[in-house]
Amino acid sequence: MTGRCPTIFVRPVLAVVAACLALLAAGPLMAAGDGRAPKSPGFSFQGPFGTYDRAELQRGFQVYQEVCATCHALKYFAFRNLRSIGFDEMQAKAIAAQYEVTDGPDEEGEMFERPAVLADYMPAPFANDNAARAANNGSLPPDLSLIVKARAGGEDYVFSLLTGYEDPPADVELGEGMSYNPYYDGSQIAMPPPLVEDGVEYADGTKASVERMARDVTTFLTWAAEPEMEARKRMGIKVMTFLVLLTVLLYMVKRKVWRDVH
Amino acid sequence: MSSPGSGNRIVQWIEYRLPIFSWLDHSVGSGYPAPKNLNYLWNMGSLAGAALVIQIVTGIVLAMHYVPHGDMAFDSVEHIMRDVNYGWLIRYIHANGASMFFLVVYIHVFRGLYYGSYKYPRELLWWIGLAIMLLMMATAFMGYVLPWGQMSFWAATVITNLFSAIPLIGDPIVTWLWGGFAVDSPTLQRFFSLHYLLPFVIAGVVIVHIWALHTHGSNNPAGIDVKGPQDTIPFNPYYTVKDLLGLGVFLIVFAYWVFYNPNYLGHPDNYIPANPLQTPPHIVPEWYLLPYYAILRAIPDKLGGVVAMGAAIGVLFLIPWLDTSRVRSATFRPIYRQFYWILIADILVLGWVGANPPEGHFILIGQLATAYYFLHFIVIMPFVGWFETPRQLPDSIATSVLDKGGGVDSAKEGAQ
Repeated sequence: MTGRCPTIFVRPVLAVVAACLALLAAGPLMAAGDGRAPKSPGFSFQGPFGTYDRAELQRGFQVYQEVCATCHALKYFAFRNLRSIGFDEMQAKAIAAQYEVTDGPDEEGEMFERPAVLADYMPAPFANDNAARAANNGSLPPDLSLIVKARAGGEDYVFSLLTGYEDPPADVELGEGMSYNPYYDGSQIAMPPPLVEDGVEYADGTKASVERMARDVTTFLTWAAEPEMEARKRMGIKVMTFLVLLTVLLYMVKRKVWRDVH
Repeated sequence: MSSPGSGNRIVQWIEYRLPIFSWLDHSVGSGYPAPKNLNYLWNMGSLAGAALVIQIVTGIVLAMHYVPHGDMAFDSVEHIMRDVNYGWLIRYIHANGASMFFLVVYIHVFRGLYYGSYKYPRELLWWIGLAIMLLMMATAFMGYVLPWGQMSFWAATVITNLFSAIPLIGDPIVTWLWGGFAVDSPTLQRFFSLHYLLPFVIAGVVIVHIWALHTHGSNNPAGIDVKGPQDTIPFNPYYTVKDLLGLGVFLIVFAYWVFYNPNYLGHPDNYIPANPLQTPPHIVPEWYLLPYYAILRAIPDKLGGVVAMGAAIGVLFLIPWLDTSRVRSATFRPIYRQFYWILIADILVLGWVGANPPEGHFILIGQLATAYYFLHFIVIMPFVGWFETPRQLPDSIATSVLDKGGGVDSAKEGAQ
């Protein structure tokens, strides 16, 4: 390697890096819609060592069950997944049994209803999209299984949306049945404010403030979108440690091999 | 592997019948001399090879679980993410691997551009490399369609519609590409088939690329020819260990994306199932295609935009002749070197414009940056080559390595 290499590269590379940083600072790479920039309340699962708080997950599941599930499906969520958010098998079976699912055909060729078991998926609130629109003033409530990954801003956006309802400014005329939420693209959202103070009675006795419920259900929905996240970060630490050690060793081998060339 | 056939009798037995050991030795062993002054930018070729292997291996595993059908593709990807053992790992490696592949290939290309690796006698090597890059773009685009999310669907719609710009036969061609009258399951199924095929075509072209490379050997940072054994070192162990060190660093960066930020380089809309009735507000390609997308949109005419985008890569095929300087390395070209970095900045600006909606000042910036891109290759490159006075080249690679001060005091001649 030439000794000149650093002086050739350092300055232009720094210039390019500086240009990139300036571009990044000037705004996110992808335009994130026209809504207000989301709040960052801070969640336990953020950061390289972050994990889901099991109590938050279970409370969040309760909020989903009692509030969101009225309109929103969660199609990739199976009752067996309840084991991963800290319920034991008996509790998970009891929760599943609260739901009726369609099975069949039986020996007479008829479809029949039965209580859900762990292998079943969460039933949707509406039979199809048209039924969902008909019940919701023409708007389609999206499935929530991937909502945190499917929105710019992720968990911060979902939390901000749930807690961000406001009275509309004087110059804004809301459409029929619409609510004002500056975090939503266009600020007019068909979902009425879903969370009200003490809207659910938490099984663990926690006071159900709007902020508490929003935080809990956001945590639950993040888990629903990324159930692998804890395993991923745990594996990441091992892989990174291994790779860094390997690379240090390779660096030392390279120095030794090249000693006679320099 | 030192001298082939030495020692081991089994090796000798095989070597006599199939000289694979001497072939390896001449390809990546001690029998392949490489310039002794290669810097770390010369690691990118082996890293691109590693990235290709990673993509093929993870892709084969994904194909075992993926269902290429409009009604099932999105669900099957979620099945991979949730139910397949370590499916999330395989998919995140594959999805981020595409970005890592382009990252090292782009550095590889810009390294070639800086050090004049496209010049005599490596013009065909350069062409073959550009062919690989085009194949990569086609493969990456078709792979991006497979999850059948909103961005998949609309990217497929936008890109296939480009062919409708062809006069007269444009529309029938688009229908033929789609396998119907809109982007739908038949489109997805053929994209899957081609996405599985093209990586092996790339692997084949890579072999030709290496064949051409090994005919005249690597270019080097000084851009001067190897004059004798004192200028070279055996590929093994020197560059094998250096490539392995580079691989270690590469995998650390790769692992960061996979384990800690796996969706940053993607678009959130692609976690919304494809919906032909709802166009996303902003359709954007992956980052590695953004500059071309900006060039496409800079021309206010569909056919013109497509031609400009094609020309943006087409012009790269011509630079062995557009660059009139006989000095390869920009290190010894004080004027050209500055234009080189302006070009890099210009391409970054194009990428930034491509990421943003084509409105307001982005339109003008995109058009100016596009104009400059072509100006660089068509006007600046030949003229700088004619009028620039290069610095004195070192006598040889060996002296350039020994002389770390910068100038070459013992130089007898200038530019050759």
